[in-house]
Amino acid sequence: MRVLSLGRWLRAGRVPPRGRVRLNSGHRHSGHRPQAPPQGPAQVPPRVPHQQKVSVEVLDHLEHLALVDFRDSEGVERLQKAIQFADQLHEVNTDGVEPMDSVLEDRCLYLREDDVTEGNCTKELLENARETVEEYFVAPPGNIPLLKLEEQNTYLQGSK
Amino acid sequence: AALKDALRSQVSAALKEGRVTPTELCQRCLALIKSTKFLNAYITVTEETALKQAEESEERYKRGQPLGILDGIPIAVKDNFNTAGIETTCASNMLKGYISPYNATVVQKLLDQGAVLLGKTNLDEFAMGSGSTDGVFGPVRNPWSYSKQYKEKSIPKSHSEDKEPDWVISGGSSGGSAAAVSSFTCFAALGSDTGGSTRNPAAHCGVVGLKPTYGLISRHGLIPLVNSMDVPGILTRCVDDAAVLLGSLAGHDPKDSTTIQDDFKPFELPNLTDVSKLSIGIPKEYHAPGLSSEILAFWSKAADLFKNAGAKVVEVSLPHTRYSIVCYHVLCTAEVASNMARFDGLEYGHRSDVKDSTESMYAATRREGFNDVVRGRILSGNYFLLKQNYEKYFVKAQKVRRLIASDFGKVFRSGVDILLTPTTLSDAAPYTEFIQEDNRTRSAQDDILTQAANMAGLPAINVPTALSERGLPVGLQFIGRSFQEKQLLTVAKWFEKQVQFPVIQLEEVKRHDSGVFQQQKSASFS
Repeated sequence: MRVLSLGRWLRAGRVPPRGRVRLNSGHRHSGHRPQAPPQGPAQVPPRVPHQQKVSVEVLDHLEHLALVDFRDSEGVERLQKAIQFADQLHEVNTDGVEPMDSVLEDRCLYLREDDVTEGNCTKELLENARETVEEYFVAPPGNIPLLKLEEQNTYLQGSK
Repeated sequence: AALKDALRSQVSAALKEGRVTPTELCQRCLALIKSTKFLNAYITVTEETALKQAEESEERYKRGQPLGILDGIPIAVKDNFNTAGIETTCASNMLKGYISPYNATVVQKLLDQGAVLLGKTNLDEFAMGSGSTDGVFGPVRNPWSYSKQYKEKSIPKSHSEDKEPDWVISGGSSGGSAAAVSSFTCFAALGSDTGGSTRNPAAHCGVVGLKPTYGLISRHGLIPLVNSMDVPGILTRCVDDAAVLLGSLAGHDPKDSTTIQDDFKPFELPNLTDVSKLSIGIPKEYHAPGLSSEILAFWSKAADLFKNAGAKVVEVSLPHTRYSIVCYHVLCTAEVASNMARFDGLEYGHRSDVKDSTESMYAATRREGFNDVVRGRILSGNYFLLKQNYEKYFVKAQKVRRLIASDFGKVFRSGVDILLTPTTLSDAAPYTEFIQEDNRTRSAQDDILTQAANMAGLPAINVPTALSERGLPVGLQFIGRSFQEKQLLTVAKWFEKQVQFPVIQLEEVKRHDSGVFQQQKSASFS
């Protein structure tokens, strides 16, 4: 069977030139040449709002909200790249479009009867916790805010 | 019966007729798992319980009362499904040592039908990744790295001190499950699919990977990544087997309010002979930048195959395809930020020794428990959810999601039954090359063809198609209409029959199966 190029099924074979999703091209492994994407008119770089660096205050705020740390400059760089990547969304015209929460939005959510059908598994649930006292999970004292930026010995403090 | 045999057509019959017993099957699979340990497909092997389950199954067969077609069949489950009494780690330090107190619904359903659970398979940490390389138990190796087909095509290294072949990745994040099925250590495996995590490794490992419609199979017990897109995935060696698994897992679950309430009737796949009433759509945007010329050729050949058999094959357009990966990136990180908030060390999982305050304990626990990938996504997600960014990013992405979903809707309403696309941009990359780029970049590249189906909640399946120049599997993807799995699988089965994908030639399997080593054709598919 003769191999027909996909051009037969793809009429113009062109990806619409109006801006493209930019990806880090990554490292392609040897063995075969990846197909060059079909060329349209000279590619115009997509218009993206000028990328401002995320301020240290915001980074600190994120660390507090998420309770995970950036750890090093790579972590911050990763966030910058992620934001840059996400900025491409603004190229899409979404006037008059409603946000979609769920693909099942046309259906009714299942509601069951408010009857107790299971439970009484205190013992099993407590088994997985490291620190318990009788039937309580034990936590260190609360209402103590995380150390302020000035007091922390984290990467962000070093970068301020 | 051979380990290579197809579940439905061969093994089940063999079990019923007593030509093989469940304990024999189980023992052979366990032995094979041991001798293929270097693949690192399994995190936990539940030898004792598996043998016990096999014995119980044997009793049932002796009495002539098997529970069904899955009775006695060895299966594996990805390690982000809760399994009672068995460690469930999600390949993360955060859940090392966590023994689930309950079974995920899908696991329970399999056990209720007598399936034998061999163990939990390896994955990317918390199912974030496209290579199964970022878990704390190490990367999964693609069994095809050790196949005769790959070794024959490898360029011999002139000065190789190491006898190891340049092994290739299994794809992800359900790489362990795919590798387990591909290397014959089990007959079917459960994976999960959020952005392609079942179909991607299926394509790289040469197995069938089915992503069901969102809402068809219960997610209760599947540790969530993105609640609005996650589904349990099914990995098998042939399409018929995938239909069997689907039949036993699908259906409303009162414990998962996102499962639909419609009645689900398990089905047997007809042997389609006439495709003339079929309309196959070829979405032009799936000719993505970076798609290898090989896969392009296979895709084209496949389209021809359908056309020459009488089907209507048309080019279609899904104009927002190129934004789906960006949209996914925002929605995924946002939901991840929310879902990972439950890991604070108090009720389960890792807990730090820091005890100055609740917050500092939480922060330390999460610092110690999560790897860079997970932390990176949590931080990005929190950024997109900040008050000042919520509309700009999160809501915007939700709007784009609607556009993507309606793209599909338009195409299906225009008369197209099934879409045919590539599953991956190329065959599996060598591990050493894959890790040169970070997880986020790789995921963005590798998910591009698969995750739009998750956006729209549509069913999709990878069917192994042919071997690449390097001797590695290449698969093609079929995407169907919501809840029309029967049609999707029927077409996939027809295609599978046409392409006659070769059986992997693995030394270890030959040794275990010697004596019943049949010719290739009869083996993996009916």
